[in-house]
Amino acid sequence: MTRYLLSRAGQAALVLWAAFTASYVLLQLLPGDSILIKFQNPELGLSPQQIAEIRAYYAGASPLADYAHTLLGFLTGSFGYSIDTGTPVVERLAEALPETARLASAAFLLAVVIAVVIAFAASYSSASWLRGALLSVPSLFISVPAFWLGILLIQIFSFRLRLVPVIGGSEVQQLVLPVLTLAVPISAPIAQVLARAIDQVYAQPFVPVIAAKGASRWWILWRHVARNAVLPTLTVAGLTLGELIAGSVVTETVFGRAGIGRLTEQAVNAQDTPVMLAVVVLAAAVFVLVNLLVDVLFPILDPRLKGAAA
Amino acid sequence: MSLLEVHDLKVSYDGRPAVHGVSLSVEPGEVVAVVGESGSGKSTTAHALIGLLPSNATLDAGRILFGEADLAGWSQRRLRSVRGSRIGLVPQDPANSLDPVKTVGAQIGEVLRVHGERDRRKIRARVLDLLARVGLPDPETRARQYPHELSGGMRQRVLIAAAIALRPSLIIADEPTSALDVTVQRRILDLIDDLRAEYGTAVLLVTHDLGVAAGRSDRLVVMKDGRVVERGPTSSVLAAPQEGYTKRLLDDAPALSARPFPDHPGGPPAIVVRDLVKEFRVGRRPFRAVDGVSFEVTRGTTHALVGESGSGKTTTARMVARFATPTSGTVSIAGAPDGRRFRRHVQLVYQNPYGSLDPRQTIGEIIEEPLRNFGLGDRPARRARVADLLERVALPGELAARRPRELSGGQRQRVAIARALAAEPEVLVLDEAVSALDVTVQAQILALLERLQRELGLTYLFISHDLAVVRQISHTVSVMSKGRIVETGTTRQVFSDPRHDYTRELLAAIPERVR
Repeated sequence: MTRYLLSRAGQAALVLWAAFTASYVLLQLLPGDSILIKFQNPELGLSPQQIAEIRAYYAGASPLADYAHTLLGFLTGSFGYSIDTGTPVVERLAEALPETARLASAAFLLAVVIAVVIAFAASYSSASWLRGALLSVPSLFISVPAFWLGILLIQIFSFRLRLVPVIGGSEVQQLVLPVLTLAVPISAPIAQVLARAIDQVYAQPFVPVIAAKGASRWWILWRHVARNAVLPTLTVAGLTLGELIAGSVVTETVFGRAGIGRLTEQAVNAQDTPVMLAVVVLAAAVFVLVNLLVDVLFPILDPRLKGAAA
Repeated sequence: MSLLEVHDLKVSYDGRPAVHGVSLSVEPGEVVAVVGESGSGKSTTAHALIGLLPSNATLDAGRILFGEADLAGWSQRRLRSVRGSRIGLVPQDPANSLDPVKTVGAQIGEVLRVHGERDRRKIRARVLDLLARVGLPDPETRARQYPHELSGGMRQRVLIAAAIALRPSLIIADEPTSALDVTVQRRILDLIDDLRAEYGTAVLLVTHDLGVAAGRSDRLVVMKDGRVVERGPTSSVLAAPQEGYTKRLLDDAPALSARPFPDHPGGPPAIVVRDLVKEFRVGRRPFRAVDGVSFEVTRGTTHALVGESGSGKTTTARMVARFATPTSGTVSIAGAPDGRRFRRHVQLVYQNPYGSLDPRQTIGEIIEEPLRNFGLGDRPARRARVADLLERVALPGELAARRPRELSGGQRQRVAIARALAAEPEVLVLDEAVSALDVTVQAQILALLERLQRELGLTYLFISHDLAVVRQISHTVSVMSKGRIVETGTTRQVFSDPRHDYTRELLAAIPERVR
């Protein structure tokens, strides 16, 4: 088990390094010029020569030394300074992270609840039309663009029904619509995989054997079928995290919320490379960590993998 | 009064009738065997008794009198009070009949919990009792283990423990041993017998093998195409079967056949295996699956490798067919070329006719594939060859356009044999090629193999765990145990004068002959 954990952790570190390097190189190759964007404003009254001096001030000794310096910084927890605002990137991340963490975790929980309800209801309903209708819901959910759903929800709940204020309102009120916007598309793949896994488990020969013990439908579904169907679903749930991060950019922009998504949007507009690099590496780190957690959880949930993991 | 009386039971699948008015009765403490081929409706009848039909099946008519009640009219909710407590089920396939993510102990204790026991200590004590009762050593450890950590025979014991936990008055045993090795099969049947004697439980034994039913049941019910064709006390039905179908089942049951041993013709060897060794790495220590195996097979004869699962017989077969490389030792096959053309000379037929055919190809394409691979003949010539091969394995020519799922198990195995013959090989390696088939189909395939051997002069290496089948087809036998050959000789020698204890044990496990 320890060996398994160590090798998975090693792989995770390697993925993180690769993500860092790839995004570093890509951001360097980007045709934009953050210094020009910030200092070309005529009101600042800077001459081209002064801009060139500023550029020289920011530039390092050589590209490779630059890379090494930045990598070392990341390893020690210093992500450099934002070109746009001049504040340390760490501070900007620290400001934005809790907001997004709240939004994303609430959305993920809601997505899981929606997925479980859809999948259970579909497998429990005996009428085939109802089952078909329920199983087509995820396809609908996955095809809804997040920005459109967000605008639609604001239209209906804030402007028409006036249930949720657009500006102001309590913390919970502010969170309801963004969470819903983010949760709906993420629930779709989870629901699809869970529903299919439940069907596959129901086809296993051990299910009638449990029924022959006198177990009720709910007993079979909850204690055996769901328990077995969790395994493939967990993998997909781990992978939806990427969508969660991408979705929060759109959601935070549509609802005007502060957070990593908004930070990303601002950084892209300002070509603020250090912030962008930090955001990418942070997203990769969260992604890698969550999937590492999934890998560790797997042998605990499926005893058949213990031998393989040991 | 009878324990169970079934009157005129009718079941249909998607509106198509499958069971047409079956009646049978079981007295307290009695074993009644329901015998028939697959598709005879025997399993459907058994499952209908406790209301566990697949979702596309419906119980159309009939009465199921169990004690005072008529279960036929009961709702699922009411049936739950009977299932597990008064009627237990021992299922067919021990490999997949336990939930893989729950411990064995939890799955036995489940019956008690479902029927209202809440006291954890009581459940635990009863589970340990039951595990000991069904003959599993070290119940404490077993209870904590997961199904994948147990062998097939042990899993079947666990399933029996769950079935008897509440001392039901009737156990439905649906092909309880058909997926098990012969020696294990015998021990499981003995266990069911013991429990019946001890608890006075009646058993409804569903099986396709008259050999199994013969020694174990008081009365026989023979089913064909959803109808009962013959019934009566087991001894009298076996002694004087009235129906042609029963006679055929009797003839086909390998354990019951009294055919003379085939003569060994002698001649040059086609396969020579010398000191074959195969090691696998399990974790850090090497494991010898095959440990110094040597044998010879005379051209045009059948040599059988017999043993239980894990004896190394399949690994040996794979090395002979060059699907695995020996760690050391040699296999030489007379006249076999090297490289890819080796496959024209030696072909393999697998156990599972359901898994070995590509479901997306037509039967014609499947049989033609080796011809295309070796570039034999042009299109019309290949078509003609496919038609010829289908005829050889006694399948109608129209089947060429069908797909595997439209065929029965026996038909599929014929297709697999036709495909193996397409490249005109001289050696066929048959890996448990008839083990997944019903006795009647099994007998037909064995007859086909014999005819093909005569007509084409083929040499067979026949891998099987079933000595009764081996006795029918092979000229010489090697008995394998734990990677070694413990006894080898002509079939006559090995069967009439076994030298090794293990061979004797295997022979004793063949359901006893009644004629």
